[in-house]
Amino acid sequence: MSAFWNAWVWAITLAVILGCSWLLLATRKSEPHKEATEETLGHSFDGIEEYDNPLPGWWFQMFVATVIFGIAYLGLYGLANVKGFYGWTSIGQYEEEMAHAEEVYKPVFAKYAAMSVEDLQNQPDGLKIGQRMFANNCSLCHGATGAGAHGFPNLTDSDWLYGGAPATIKQTITNGRQGAMPAWGPVLGEEGVRDVTSYVLSLSGAEHDADMAARGKQQFQALCTACHGADGKGTQALGAPNLTDNTWLYGGSFEQISHTIRTGRNGVMPAHKDLLSDDKITLIAAYVYSLSNK
Amino acid sequence: MIKHETIEKNIGLMILLIILVISGGGLAEIVPLFFANATTKPIEGLRTYTPLELEGRDIFIREGCYVCHSQQIRPFRAETERYGHYSTANEFVWEHPFLWGSKRTGPDLARVGGRYSNDWHRAHLFNPRDVVPESKMPAYPWLFENKLSGEDTAAKMRVLAKLGVPYTEEDASKAREQVEGKAEIDALVSYLQALGKTHSQYTNKR
Repeated sequence: MSAFWNAWVWAITLAVILGCSWLLLATRKSEPHKEATEETLGHSFDGIEEYDNPLPGWWFQMFVATVIFGIAYLGLYGLANVKGFYGWTSIGQYEEEMAHAEEVYKPVFAKYAAMSVEDLQNQPDGLKIGQRMFANNCSLCHGATGAGAHGFPNLTDSDWLYGGAPATIKQTITNGRQGAMPAWGPVLGEEGVRDVTSYVLSLSGAEHDADMAARGKQQFQALCTACHGADGKGTQALGAPNLTDNTWLYGGSFEQISHTIRTGRNGVMPAHKDLLSDDKITLIAAYVYSLSNK
Repeated sequence: MIKHETIEKNIGLMILLIILVISGGGLAEIVPLFFANATTKPIEGLRTYTPLELEGRDIFIREGCYVCHSQQIRPFRAETERYGHYSTANEFVWEHPFLWGSKRTGPDLARVGGRYSNDWHRAHLFNPRDVVPESKMPAYPWLFENKLSGEDTAAKMRVLAKLGVPYTEEDASKAREQVEGKAEIDALVSYLQALGKTHSQYTNKR
Protein backbone atom coordinates (compact mmCIF):
# COMPACT_ATOMS: atom_id res chain seq x y z
CA MET A 1 0.00 0.00 0.00
CA SER A 2 1.14 3.53 -0.69
CA ALA A 3 2.12 6.02 2.00
CA PHE A 4 -1.19 7.80 1.57
CA TRP A 5 -3.27 4.73 2.32
CA ASN A 6 -1.07 3.74 5.25
CA ALA A 7 -1.61 7.20 6.68
CA TRP A 8 -5.33 6.88 5.92
CA VAL A 9 -5.62 3.64 7.87
CA TRP A 10 -3.64 5.04 10.78
CA ALA A 11 -5.60 8.29 10.85
CA ILE A 12 -8.98 6.57 10.90
CA THR A 13 -7.92 3.99 13.45
CA LEU A 14 -6.52 6.60 15.82
CA ALA A 15 -9.53 8.86 15.25
CA VAL A 16 -11.87 6.02 16.17
CA ILE A 17 -9.92 5.10 19.31
CA LEU A 18 -9.57 8.72 20.44
CA GLY A 19 -13.17 9.48 19.49
CA CYS A 20 -14.48 6.55 21.51
CA SER A 21 -12.32 7.49 24.49
CA TRP A 22 -13.43 11.11 24.31
CA LEU A 23 -17.11 10.14 24.03
CA LEU A 24 -16.75 7.80 26.98
CA LEU A 25 -15.05 10.35 29.23
CA ALA A 26 -17.10 13.35 28.10
CA THR A 27 -20.43 11.64 28.77
CA ARG A 28 -19.10 10.35 32.09
CA LYS A 29 -18.11 13.87 33.07
CA SER A 30 -21.39 15.43 32.04
CA GLU A 31 -23.49 13.02 34.12
CA PRO A 32 -25.68 15.22 36.35
CA HIS A 33 -25.22 12.90 39.36
CA LYS A 34 -22.45 10.56 40.41
CA GLU A 35 -24.79 8.28 42.36
CA ALA A 36 -28.15 6.65 41.62
CA THR A 37 -31.10 8.86 42.61
CA GLU A 38 -34.86 8.82 42.25
CA GLU A 39 -34.73 11.64 39.70
CA THR A 40 -36.21 10.88 36.25
CA LEU A 41 -35.65 12.36 32.81
CA GLY A 42 -39.17 13.72 33.02
CA HIS A 43 -40.80 11.86 30.15
CA SER A 44 -43.37 9.16 30.59
CA PHE A 45 -44.91 6.59 28.24
CA ASP A 46 -47.83 4.52 29.49
CA GLY A 47 -46.64 5.41 32.97
CA ILE A 48 -43.14 4.12 32.34
CA GLU A 49 -40.43 6.62 33.28
CA GLU A 50 -36.66 6.69 32.86
CA TYR A 51 -34.25 7.31 35.71
CA ASP A 52 -31.50 9.83 35.07
CA ASN A 53 -28.75 7.65 36.55
CA PRO A 54 -25.05 7.41 35.65
CA LEU A 55 -23.74 4.35 33.80
CA PRO A 56 -22.88 1.65 36.40
CA GLY A 57 -19.19 1.60 37.24
CA TRP A 58 -18.56 -2.00 36.00
CA TRP A 59 -20.18 -1.09 32.68
CA PHE A 60 -18.03 2.01 32.27
CA GLN A 61 -14.91 0.00 33.14
CA MET A 62 -15.79 -2.58 30.49
CA PHE A 63 -15.77 0.18 27.88
CA VAL A 64 -12.40 1.35 29.16
CA ALA A 65 -11.14 -2.25 28.96
CA THR A 66 -12.14 -2.53 25.27
CA VAL A 67 -10.17 0.62 24.47
CA ILE A 68 -7.13 -0.76 26.29
CA PHE A 69 -7.59 -4.11 24.51
CA GLY A 70 -7.68 -2.31 21.15
CA ILE A 71 -4.46 -0.44 21.82
CA ALA A 72 -2.72 -3.57 23.13
CA TYR A 73 -3.90 -5.53 20.06
CA LEU A 74 -2.47 -2.92 17.70
CA GLY A 75 0.80 -3.01 19.62
CA LEU A 76 1.08 -6.80 19.38
CA TYR A 77 -0.19 -7.40 15.85
CA GLY A 78 0.54 -4.10 14.10
CA LEU A 79 -1.45 -2.04 11.61
CA ALA A 80 -0.99 -1.21 7.92
CA ASN A 81 2.75 -0.72 7.27
CA VAL A 82 3.80 -1.10 10.92
CA LYS A 83 4.55 -4.60 12.19
CA GLY A 84 3.47 -5.35 15.72
CA PHE A 85 5.53 -6.70 18.58
CA TYR A 86 4.89 -10.29 17.42
CA GLY A 87 5.79 -9.44 13.79
CA TRP A 88 2.77 -11.54 12.80
CA THR A 89 1.49 -11.98 9.23
CA SER A 90 -0.84 -14.70 8.03
CA ILE A 91 1.69 -15.80 5.39
CA GLY A 92 4.43 -15.75 8.04
CA GLN A 93 2.33 -18.04 10.20
CA TYR A 94 1.79 -20.34 7.21
CA GLU A 95 5.49 -20.46 6.42
CA GLU A 96 6.27 -21.28 10.03
CA GLU A 97 3.75 -24.11 9.91
CA MET A 98 5.32 -25.43 6.69
CA ALA A 99 8.84 -25.19 8.10
CA HIS A 100 7.75 -27.11 11.17
CA ALA A 101 6.13 -29.80 9.01
CA GLU A 102 9.28 -30.00 6.89
CA GLU A 103 11.32 -30.60 10.02
CA VAL A 104 9.01 -33.36 11.22
CA TYR A 105 8.28 -35.12 7.92
CA LYS A 106 11.46 -34.61 5.96
CA PRO A 107 13.37 -37.39 7.76
CA VAL A 108 10.37 -39.71 7.27
CA PHE A 109 10.26 -39.12 3.52
CA ALA A 110 14.06 -39.11 3.26
CA LYS A 111 14.16 -42.60 4.78
CA TYR A 112 11.78 -43.96 2.12
CA ALA A 113 13.14 -41.85 -0.74
CA ALA A 114 16.33 -43.86 -0.61
CA MET A 115 14.44 -47.12 -1.14
CA SER A 116 13.18 -48.72 -4.33
CA VAL A 117 9.54 -49.62 -4.88
CA GLU A 118 10.47 -53.29 -4.32
CA ASP A 119 12.23 -52.54 -1.01
CA LEU A 120 9.26 -50.51 0.12
CA GLN A 121 7.08 -53.62 -0.03
CA ASN A 122 8.61 -54.62 3.32
CA GLN A 123 7.93 -51.23 4.91
CA PRO A 124 4.41 -51.33 6.34
CA ASP A 125 4.61 -47.72 7.56
CA GLY A 126 5.81 -46.50 4.18
CA LEU A 127 2.98 -48.35 2.44
CA LYS A 128 0.54 -46.81 4.90
CA ILE A 129 1.76 -43.33 3.93
CA GLY A 130 1.39 -44.33 0.29
CA GLN A 131 -2.12 -45.56 0.94
CA ARG A 132 -3.15 -42.25 2.52
CA MET A 133 -1.74 -40.25 -0.36
CA PHE A 134 -3.49 -42.64 -2.76
CA ALA A 135 -6.77 -41.94 -0.95
CA ASN A 136 -6.19 -38.21 -1.30
CA ASN A 137 -4.95 -38.09 -4.88
CA CYS A 138 -5.97 -41.23 -6.76
CA SER A 139 -9.09 -42.69 -5.22
CA LEU A 140 -11.51 -40.34 -7.00
CA CYS A 141 -10.90 -42.22 -10.24
CA HIS A 142 -9.40 -45.53 -9.13
CA GLY A 143 -11.64 -46.02 -6.10
CA ALA A 144 -10.80 -46.10 -2.41
CA THR A 145 -9.60 -49.70 -2.71
CA GLY A 146 -7.93 -49.22 -6.10
CA ALA A 147 -10.52 -51.41 -7.79
CA GLY A 148 -11.32 -48.74 -10.38
CA ALA A 149 -14.62 -47.93 -12.07
CA HIS A 150 -16.04 -47.98 -15.59
CA GLY A 151 -13.33 -46.28 -17.67
CA PHE A 152 -10.85 -46.09 -14.79
CA PRO A 153 -8.47 -49.04 -14.48
CA ASN A 154 -8.58 -51.54 -11.67
CA LEU A 155 -5.17 -51.47 -9.98
CA THR A 156 -5.66 -54.56 -7.82
CA ASP A 157 -5.51 -57.18 -10.59
CA SER A 158 -2.41 -58.09 -12.55
CA ASP A 159 -3.78 -56.76 -15.84
CA TRP A 160 -1.87 -53.63 -16.87
CA LEU A 161 -2.51 -51.27 -19.76
CA TYR A 162 0.95 -49.68 -19.70
CA GLY A 163 2.78 -52.26 -17.60
CA GLY A 164 3.03 -53.03 -13.91
CA ALA A 165 6.78 -52.85 -13.36
CA PRO A 166 7.72 -50.39 -10.58
CA ALA A 167 9.46 -48.01 -12.96
CA THR A 168 6.48 -48.05 -15.34
CA ILE A 169 4.01 -47.31 -12.54
CA LYS A 170 6.15 -44.37 -11.44
CA GLN A 171 6.34 -43.18 -15.04
CA THR A 172 2.54 -43.41 -15.37
CA ILE A 173 1.95 -41.36 -12.21
CA THR A 174 4.65 -38.80 -13.01
CA ASN A 175 3.91 -38.06 -16.66
CA GLY A 176 0.37 -39.32 -17.02
CA ARG A 177 -1.02 -41.33 -19.93
CA GLN A 178 -3.12 -40.48 -22.92
CA GLY A 179 -5.16 -43.31 -24.40
CA ALA A 180 -5.58 -43.15 -28.17
CA MET A 181 -8.13 -45.59 -29.52
CA PRO A 182 -9.42 -43.96 -32.73
CA ALA A 183 -13.08 -43.95 -33.69
CA TRP A 184 -13.47 -46.67 -36.35
CA GLY A 185 -17.16 -46.08 -37.03
CA PRO A 186 -16.60 -43.87 -40.10
CA VAL A 187 -14.03 -46.31 -41.54
CA LEU A 188 -15.79 -49.60 -40.84
CA GLY A 189 -19.41 -48.62 -41.23
CA GLU A 190 -22.06 -50.01 -38.91
CA GLU A 191 -21.85 -53.54 -40.29
CA GLY A 192 -18.06 -53.54 -40.05
CA VAL A 193 -18.24 -52.37 -36.44
CA ARG A 194 -20.54 -55.27 -35.59
CA ASP A 195 -18.28 -57.77 -37.40
CA VAL A 196 -15.14 -56.59 -35.62
CA THR A 197 -17.03 -56.59 -32.32
CA SER A 198 -17.91 -60.25 -32.92
CA TYR A 199 -14.28 -61.08 -33.64
CA VAL A 200 -13.11 -59.21 -30.51
CA LEU A 201 -15.65 -61.19 -28.46
CA SER A 202 -14.28 -64.43 -29.94
CA LEU A 203 -10.75 -63.54 -28.77
CA SER A 204 -11.69 -63.99 -25.14
CA GLY A 205 -13.92 -66.96 -25.88
CA ALA A 206 -17.15 -65.04 -25.33
CA GLU A 207 -20.38 -65.93 -27.11
CA HIS A 208 -20.32 -64.61 -30.67
CA ASP A 209 -21.63 -65.08 -34.20
CA ALA A 210 -19.01 -67.15 -36.08
CA ASP A 211 -19.80 -65.74 -39.55
CA MET A 212 -19.59 -62.15 -38.39
CA ALA A 213 -16.38 -62.91 -36.49
CA ALA A 214 -14.81 -64.44 -39.58
CA ARG A 215 -15.54 -61.27 -41.55
CA GLY A 216 -14.42 -59.13 -38.63
CA LYS A 217 -11.12 -60.99 -38.37
CA GLN A 218 -9.96 -59.66 -41.75
CA GLN A 219 -10.75 -56.10 -40.81
CA PHE A 220 -9.17 -56.57 -37.39
CA GLN A 221 -5.97 -57.72 -39.04
CA ALA A 222 -5.96 -54.75 -41.37
CA LEU A 223 -6.81 -52.05 -38.81
CA CYS A 224 -6.31 -53.19 -35.24
CA THR A 225 -3.17 -55.30 -35.08
CA ALA A 226 -0.79 -52.32 -35.21
CA CYS A 227 -1.72 -51.57 -31.59
CA HIS A 228 -3.48 -54.67 -30.27
CA GLY A 229 -1.05 -57.13 -31.92
CA ALA A 230 -1.76 -59.91 -34.38
CA ASP A 231 -2.93 -62.17 -31.56
CA GLY A 232 -4.98 -59.38 -29.88
CA LYS A 233 -2.84 -59.54 -26.77
CA GLY A 234 -2.20 -55.81 -26.81
CA THR A 235 0.92 -53.67 -26.62
CA GLN A 236 1.80 -52.14 -23.27
CA ALA A 237 4.14 -49.57 -24.82
CA LEU A 238 1.08 -48.04 -26.50
CA GLY A 239 -1.38 -48.72 -23.72
CA ALA A 240 -3.36 -50.94 -26.09
CA PRO A 241 -5.22 -53.47 -23.95
CA ASN A 242 -5.07 -57.22 -24.21
CA LEU A 243 -8.36 -58.29 -25.81
CA THR A 244 -7.97 -61.99 -25.12
CA ASP A 245 -8.46 -61.87 -21.36
CA ASN A 246 -11.77 -61.14 -19.76
CA THR A 247 -10.85 -57.74 -18.31
CA TRP A 248 -12.70 -54.83 -19.86
CA LEU A 249 -12.06 -51.18 -19.04
CA TYR A 250 -15.18 -49.96 -20.84
CA GLY A 251 -17.31 -53.07 -20.51
CA GLY A 252 -17.27 -56.38 -22.41
CA SER A 253 -20.83 -56.67 -23.72
CA PHE A 254 -21.53 -56.57 -27.45
CA GLU A 255 -23.02 -53.09 -27.12
CA GLN A 256 -20.13 -51.73 -25.06
CA ILE A 257 -17.40 -53.14 -27.28
CA SER A 258 -19.10 -51.94 -30.46
CA HIS A 259 -19.48 -48.48 -28.90
CA THR A 260 -15.74 -48.46 -28.12
CA ILE A 261 -14.91 -49.42 -31.71
CA ARG A 262 -17.41 -46.98 -33.21
CA THR A 263 -16.50 -43.86 -31.24
CA GLY A 264 -13.01 -44.61 -29.94
CA ARG A 265 -11.65 -44.14 -26.41
CA ASN A 266 -9.28 -41.52 -25.10
CA GLY A 267 -8.81 -42.26 -21.44
CA VAL A 268 -6.48 -39.82 -19.72
CA MET A 269 -4.37 -40.35 -16.64
CA PRO A 270 -3.34 -36.84 -15.51
CA ALA A 271 0.37 -36.17 -14.98
CA HIS A 272 1.30 -35.65 -11.35
CA LYS A 273 4.81 -34.26 -11.75
CA ASP A 274 3.53 -30.72 -11.03
CA LEU A 275 1.40 -31.85 -8.11
CA LEU A 276 3.48 -34.32 -6.12
CA SER A 277 7.16 -34.52 -5.25
CA ASP A 278 9.23 -37.47 -6.42
CA ASP A 279 9.40 -38.93 -2.92
CA LYS A 280 5.65 -38.99 -2.67
CA ILE A 281 5.19 -40.47 -6.14
CA THR A 282 7.56 -43.29 -5.16
CA LEU A 283 5.51 -44.05 -2.05
CA ILE A 284 2.25 -44.01 -4.01
CA ALA A 285 3.82 -46.23 -6.69
CA ALA A 286 4.92 -48.63 -3.95
CA TYR A 287 1.38 -48.78 -2.61
CA VAL A 288 -0.09 -49.32 -6.09
CA TYR A 289 2.50 -52.04 -6.72
CA SER A 290 1.56 -53.72 -3.45
CA LEU A 291 -2.10 -53.92 -4.49
CA SER A 292 -1.38 -56.57 -7.11
CA ASN A 293 1.85 -58.03 -5.69
CA LYS A 294 0.84 -59.21 -2.25
CA MET B 1 -22.11 20.57 23.60
CA ILE B 2 -24.73 18.25 22.16
CA LYS B 3 -26.79 16.63 24.87
CA HIS B 4 -27.80 13.03 24.47
CA GLU B 5 -31.39 14.27 24.72
CA THR B 6 -30.83 16.32 21.55
CA ILE B 7 -29.55 13.25 19.68
CA GLU B 8 -32.33 11.02 20.97
CA LYS B 9 -35.00 13.45 19.81
CA ASN B 10 -33.52 14.18 16.35
CA ILE B 11 -33.59 10.93 14.42
CA GLY B 12 -31.81 12.46 11.39
CA LEU B 13 -28.87 13.57 13.52
CA MET B 14 -28.79 10.18 15.22
CA ILE B 15 -28.67 8.36 11.85
CA LEU B 16 -25.85 10.62 10.70
CA LEU B 17 -23.80 10.02 13.84
CA ILE B 18 -24.40 6.24 13.70
CA ILE B 19 -23.21 6.16 10.07
CA LEU B 20 -20.16 8.14 11.06
CA VAL B 21 -19.28 5.73 13.86
CA ILE B 22 -19.84 2.46 12.01
CA SER B 23 -18.14 3.57 8.78
CA GLY B 24 -14.81 3.85 10.61
CA GLY B 25 -14.08 0.12 10.25
CA GLY B 26 -15.06 -0.06 6.58
CA LEU B 27 -13.14 3.09 5.65
CA ALA B 28 -9.97 1.76 7.24
CA GLU B 29 -10.28 -1.93 6.29
CA ILE B 30 -12.09 -2.00 2.94
CA VAL B 31 -11.56 1.26 1.06
CA PRO B 32 -7.73 1.02 0.79
CA LEU B 33 -8.13 -2.37 -0.95
CA PHE B 34 -9.81 -0.64 -3.91
CA PHE B 35 -6.49 1.12 -4.52
CA ALA B 36 -3.85 -1.43 -3.49
CA ASN B 37 -1.72 -3.21 -6.11
CA ALA B 38 -2.13 -6.55 -4.37
CA THR B 39 -5.88 -6.48 -4.91
CA THR B 40 -6.32 -4.56 -8.17
CA LYS B 41 -3.40 -5.67 -10.33
CA PRO B 42 -3.88 -9.10 -11.96
CA ILE B 43 -1.24 -11.71 -11.25
CA GLU B 44 1.42 -11.82 -13.95
CA GLY B 45 0.51 -13.85 -17.02
CA LEU B 46 -3.19 -14.12 -16.10
CA ARG B 47 -5.31 -15.06 -19.09
CA THR B 48 -9.03 -14.48 -19.54
CA TYR B 49 -11.54 -17.32 -19.84
CA THR B 50 -12.34 -18.51 -23.34
CA PRO B 51 -15.98 -18.02 -24.42
CA LEU B 52 -16.68 -21.72 -23.72
CA GLU B 53 -15.09 -21.51 -20.26
CA LEU B 54 -17.06 -18.34 -19.59
CA GLU B 55 -20.31 -20.13 -20.43
CA GLY B 56 -19.18 -23.01 -18.21
CA ARG B 57 -18.64 -20.54 -15.40
CA ASP B 58 -22.21 -19.29 -15.79
CA ILE B 59 -23.47 -22.89 -15.63
CA PHE B 60 -21.37 -23.34 -12.48
CA ILE B 61 -23.19 -20.32 -11.03
CA ARG B 62 -26.62 -21.41 -12.32
CA GLU B 63 -26.34 -24.87 -10.78
CA GLY B 64 -25.19 -23.39 -7.48
CA CYS B 65 -21.90 -25.28 -7.39
CA TYR B 66 -20.41 -22.48 -5.27
CA VAL B 67 -22.90 -23.33 -2.53
CA CYS B 68 -20.89 -26.46 -1.68
CA HIS B 69 -17.53 -25.80 -3.36
CA SER B 70 -15.27 -22.92 -2.39
CA GLN B 71 -12.63 -21.47 -4.71
CA GLN B 72 -10.15 -20.07 -2.22
CA ILE B 73 -7.31 -22.03 -0.71
CA ARG B 74 -6.40 -20.60 2.67
CA PRO B 75 -2.77 -20.42 3.82
CA PHE B 76 -2.93 -23.50 6.05
CA ARG B 77 -0.80 -26.55 5.47
CA ALA B 78 -3.87 -28.77 5.71
CA GLU B 79 -5.29 -26.99 2.66
CA THR B 80 -2.18 -26.39 0.58
CA GLU B 81 -1.14 -30.06 0.94
CA ARG B 82 -4.46 -31.07 -0.53
CA TYR B 83 -5.25 -28.33 -3.05
CA GLY B 84 -1.98 -26.59 -3.95
CA HIS B 85 -0.65 -23.06 -3.44
CA TYR B 86 -2.86 -20.79 -1.34
CA SER B 87 -5.04 -18.33 -3.24
CA THR B 88 -4.11 -14.67 -3.54
CA ALA B 89 -6.32 -11.67 -4.28
CA ASN B 90 -4.60 -10.83 -7.58
CA GLU B 91 -5.81 -14.12 -9.08
CA PHE B 92 -9.41 -12.89 -8.86
CA VAL B 93 -9.14 -9.39 -10.31
CA TRP B 94 -11.08 -10.39 -13.44
CA GLU B 95 -13.70 -12.49 -11.64
CA HIS B 96 -17.10 -10.79 -11.73
CA PRO B 97 -18.49 -11.95 -9.42
CA PHE B 98 -15.79 -13.91 -7.63
CA LEU B 99 -16.86 -17.42 -6.61
CA TRP B 100 -14.89 -17.84 -3.41
CA GLY B 101 -17.86 -19.40 -1.66
CA SER B 102 -18.06 -19.79 2.07
CA LYS B 103 -19.19 -23.36 2.61
CA ARG B 104 -17.11 -26.45 2.01
CA THR B 105 -19.37 -29.45 1.71
CA GLY B 106 -17.26 -30.60 -1.25
CA PRO B 107 -13.57 -30.02 -1.89
CA ASP B 108 -12.14 -26.64 -2.87
CA LEU B 109 -11.97 -26.18 -6.64
CA ALA B 110 -9.61 -23.21 -6.97
CA ARG B 111 -6.92 -25.41 -8.59
CA VAL B 112 -8.89 -28.43 -9.75
CA GLY B 113 -7.86 -27.89 -13.39
CA GLY B 114 -5.77 -30.77 -14.75
CA ARG B 115 -6.20 -32.92 -11.66
CA TYR B 116 -8.78 -35.21 -13.27
CA SER B 117 -9.42 -36.18 -16.86
CA ASN B 118 -12.30 -34.76 -18.91
CA ASP B 119 -13.83 -38.24 -18.92
CA TRP B 120 -13.74 -38.34 -15.16
CA HIS B 121 -15.52 -34.97 -14.90
CA ARG B 122 -18.17 -36.13 -17.33
CA ALA B 123 -18.76 -39.41 -15.51
CA HIS B 124 -18.74 -37.61 -12.18
CA LEU B 125 -21.20 -34.90 -13.21
CA PHE B 126 -23.52 -37.43 -14.87
CA ASN B 127 -23.73 -39.38 -11.64
CA PRO B 128 -21.09 -38.78 -8.96
CA ARG B 129 -21.68 -42.19 -7.39
CA ASP B 130 -20.50 -43.97 -10.54
CA VAL B 131 -16.95 -42.95 -9.70
CA VAL B 132 -17.10 -41.95 -6.02
CA PRO B 133 -19.53 -44.35 -4.32
CA GLU B 134 -19.63 -42.42 -1.04
CA SER B 135 -20.31 -39.06 -2.72
CA LYS B 136 -23.38 -37.04 -1.79
CA MET B 137 -23.09 -34.59 -4.67
CA PRO B 138 -26.24 -34.32 -6.81
CA ALA B 139 -26.23 -35.67 -10.39
CA TYR B 140 -26.50 -33.23 -13.32
CA PRO B 141 -27.62 -35.38 -16.28
CA TRP B 142 -29.38 -32.50 -18.07
CA LEU B 143 -26.02 -30.86 -18.78
CA PHE B 144 -25.49 -33.59 -21.39
CA GLU B 145 -28.74 -32.77 -23.21
CA ASN B 146 -28.87 -28.98 -23.00
CA LYS B 147 -27.09 -27.20 -25.83
CA LEU B 148 -25.66 -23.71 -25.71
CA SER B 149 -27.07 -21.16 -28.15
CA GLY B 150 -24.22 -18.71 -27.70
CA GLU B 151 -26.73 -15.89 -28.10
CA ASP B 152 -25.61 -13.96 -25.04
CA THR B 153 -21.93 -14.90 -24.93
CA ALA B 154 -20.72 -11.80 -26.77
CA ALA B 155 -22.90 -9.52 -24.64
CA LYS B 156 -21.50 -11.09 -21.48
CA MET B 157 -17.97 -10.50 -22.72
CA ARG B 158 -18.74 -6.86 -23.53
CA VAL B 159 -20.10 -6.30 -20.03
CA LEU B 160 -17.02 -7.93 -18.52
CA ALA B 161 -14.84 -5.72 -20.74
CA LYS B 162 -16.59 -2.68 -19.24
CA LEU B 163 -15.70 -4.04 -15.79
CA GLY B 164 -12.03 -4.17 -16.74
CA VAL B 165 -11.58 -7.69 -18.13
CA PRO B 166 -9.38 -7.31 -21.22
CA TYR B 167 -11.76 -8.82 -23.78
CA THR B 168 -11.58 -7.08 -27.13
CA GLU B 169 -14.43 -6.43 -29.52
CA GLU B 170 -12.83 -9.05 -31.76
CA ASP B 171 -12.98 -11.66 -28.96
CA ALA B 172 -16.65 -10.89 -28.45
CA SER B 173 -17.53 -11.04 -32.14
CA LYS B 174 -15.97 -14.51 -32.43
CA ALA B 175 -17.56 -15.82 -29.24
CA ARG B 176 -20.77 -17.22 -30.64
CA GLU B 177 -19.17 -19.56 -33.17
CA GLN B 178 -16.99 -21.05 -30.42
CA VAL B 179 -19.96 -21.81 -28.20
CA GLU B 180 -23.02 -22.44 -30.34
CA GLY B 181 -24.26 -26.02 -30.37
CA LYS B 182 -21.84 -27.25 -27.67
CA ALA B 183 -23.37 -29.22 -24.82
CA GLU B 184 -23.46 -27.54 -21.43
CA ILE B 185 -21.29 -30.33 -20.03
CA ASP B 186 -18.48 -29.40 -22.45
CA ALA B 187 -18.60 -25.81 -21.26
CA LEU B 188 -18.63 -26.75 -17.58
CA VAL B 189 -15.80 -29.27 -17.91
CA SER B 190 -13.65 -26.80 -19.84
CA TYR B 191 -14.27 -24.23 -17.09
CA LEU B 192 -13.33 -26.74 -14.37
CA GLN B 193 -10.18 -27.68 -16.28
CA ALA B 194 -9.25 -23.97 -16.47
CA LEU B 195 -9.51 -23.42 -12.71
CA GLY B 196 -6.04 -22.68 -11.40
CA LYS B 197 -4.65 -22.92 -14.92
CA THR B 198 -5.19 -19.31 -16.03
CA HIS B 199 -1.66 -18.40 -14.95
CA SER B 200 1.44 -20.32 -13.95
CA GLN B 201 2.98 -18.18 -11.25
CA TYR B 202 2.55 -20.69 -8.46
CA THR B 203 3.98 -24.11 -8.04
CA ASN B 204 1.47 -26.57 -6.69
CA LYS B 205 3.93 -29.37 -6.04
CA ARG B 206 3.61 -30.83 -2.59
